[in-house]
This record gives sequence, C-alpha cells and structure tokens, in this order.
Amino acid sequence: MATLHTVNKSPFQTQTLLSCLSHVQAGDSVLMIEDGVYGAMGSTTLADAVAGLGGQVNLFVLGEDLAARGIDAGRVADGITKIDMDGFVDMVASTDRTQSWL
Amino acid sequence: MKFGIVVSEGPYTHQASDTAYNFVKAALAKGHEVARVFFYHDGVNVGTRLSVPPQDDRQIQAQWTALAKEHDLDLVICIAAAQRRGLLDENEAERQGKDANNIAEGFRISGLGQLIEMGIQADRTITFGD
Amino acid sequence: MSEDVKKFLYVNRKAPYGTIYAQESLEVVLIGAAFDQDVEMAFLDDGVFQLTKNQDTKGVGLKNFSPTFRALGDYEVTKLYVEQESLDERGLTLDDLQDIQYEDEDDDWAEKPSIRVVSRAEMGKIMANQDVVLSF
Repeated sequence: MATLHTVNKSPFQTQTLLSCLSHVQAGDSVLMIEDGVYGAMGSTTLADAVAGLGGQVNLFVLGEDLAARGIDAGRVADGITKIDMDGFVDMVASTDRTQSWL
Repeated sequence: MKFGIVVSEGPYTHQASDTAYNFVKAALAKGHEVARVFFYHDGVNVGTRLSVPPQDDRQIQAQWTALAKEHDLDLVICIAAAQRRGLLDENEAERQGKDANNIAEGFRISGLGQLIEMGIQADRTITFGD
Repeated sequence: MSEDVKKFLYVNRKAPYGTIYAQESLEVVLIGAAFDQDVEMAFLDDGVFQLTKNQDTKGVGLKNFSPTFRALGDYEVTKLYVEQESLDERGLTLDDLQDIQYEDEDDDWAEKPSIRVVSRAEMGKIMANQDVVLSF
C-alpha cells in the first residue's frame, strides 16, 4: 500500500520537501518535479537532510524538469533516480495513491 | 487504468498546467484512460479562448482543446472558481447578464461535484498545482 | 474500481487569506459531503493557521470563512486532524483554535470535538490510509 508523493517546490523556497519527507511511510516513493528538482542536487547544503529523511523511501527526479533547468544528471545526488514522464505515469499506476505536496 | 487529473494553477504563471498536459499525453499514449481533467482555483483560466500568447510560445489552451478533440477528453472548469475569475460559457453569461463569454472549445463549466465524482470513479487522482 | 465508498483526505497546508486555497478547499469539502464518502481533513504546516480563533477580516475586506469550520459537523465532516508538531513550531496550542464540535449520532447525539490533535508520525499514517488525497 505505497504512496507516490510529488513535490514541485525548491527546498530553498519552502519547507514542502522536508515536510513531505517527514510524513512518508517506508516503501513510499517521492518524485521531485518542476522547481522541486532542485531538491535532488547532490552538492547543496540541504542534500544531507534530504538523504537523511529520505532513507526509508525511493527518491526520484523528473528528467525533463532537470534538463529544462540545465541540471546535468551528474549533479543529482547519489540514491536519487532520474525518470522521464513515461516513468512518472508508470509510478502513478503502480502505487496505490498519489499525494501532491503543493 | 483510469486517471483523474486536477489542475489548480493558471497557465503561463505556473508550470502546473504544462506538467499536467505532458502527463495526460504520456498516459494516453500508454493506453491509459483519462476520466476527466478538472480545473480549479486559477486553473480555470486555462480554459479561456481569448488568450493570445506569442507565436513562438506554446499555446496552452489550444493544446488542451486539440488533445480533448483527439481523445474525447472531459475538460471541466469549476463553476464557482470560474465565476470569481470571469470565465463564463454562453448560458452562464446570459444568466448573469454579462455581455460576453469566453470558454474555449472542448471545455465545459460544471460544479465541484464533478471533482468528487472524478475522485470516486478514477483509479488514481493526481493534482498539478503550486 | 467500483463506486463503493472511498476514503477522501483533504490536506490543508496553507494559511488563510494570503491565498485562496484554504477557502476554496472548504468549498470542495462542503460539496463533497453530499456524496456520502468517508471524509477526513488534515491540517499541518501553515494549514493549522486556518483554524485559529478570533479571525476578523473587516480591515482587509476579505470574507471571513472561519465560522464555516464550525458548521462542518452538520455536513458529517467530523474528523479534523491537526498536527501537534505544526502547532508547536508555530507557538500554538489547542486553546488557540476554534472549538469545533459535532453531534455523535451513535452516542445519543452527544457533542464531541471534531479537532483531533495527532503527532506527525500519526499524520503520516493517516495520509497513507486513503483512497484519494486532495491537496490545497
């Protein structure tokens, strides 16, 4: 009974990503989209917090939004998987519910 | 699988309606069904036919209208949110004594009950907002 | 999926008045009540500010929709989960929130509080126990 959580805000702008990661259940998935993809970068001051809170869940980032923002796949933190829009659709279908953290 | 989609931000200011459009297109291409797209909050503004974006930009309303035509999508604009923001169809304009209407082809105006009904009928409901 | 009763959760994470989300969320809840689904509301992060007492919008000219929360019981919306940590972070206690009651038909219509303060861990479990999660 896993949930797919989507986050579309930069963690430097709002607490949304951290709040999401504080509510997820083990086995859930979190997908960073739109400005949320900045939360997937590996070299930021928030990367450790994201990795720490996200330890029990599967972390994903939407490749189209990374590319739009000029973020090379090499800048994505270890443990975060890049997927594309087709993969996003598959994840919504394969999880039990989707919760959008707006 | 049957998806229900909520779009809760307007076009151009937020990416939400673009992400929703790309998601819906990808879902349909994979053979999924999209039961309904429900436009709420400023999302209702996606459905005005009077927007005139620059030629070199994407035409958000026209994209939705074309997709709706191709796949027989049900694009629903929330009436309560629409009335606040000046989105009217022909009937509503007449009922409210307004001199114009602006709903684009492929969209229809209806009540919030359509959102709940979508949540009941769809296998998955996903919101694109801000 | 069948058209049986589904569990709906309305998630409120935004403060009132600065944006319209809180007010239009409440409109969805009121309409949704007519559909006889299993409805719960979650208030966390800045969403807890929606429930505070003594809201007075005369000076700003916006509609004060906070009294509507007290009418939710009449719509059989009786589970308003409020997150303890979100209150703590904002220096709020239960006393700062409106007294929202419902009449329990299974208990001789006794008046009971609709607000149930839960921990962040409990809130996560509540979120995971839904069919449809609508966020505002």
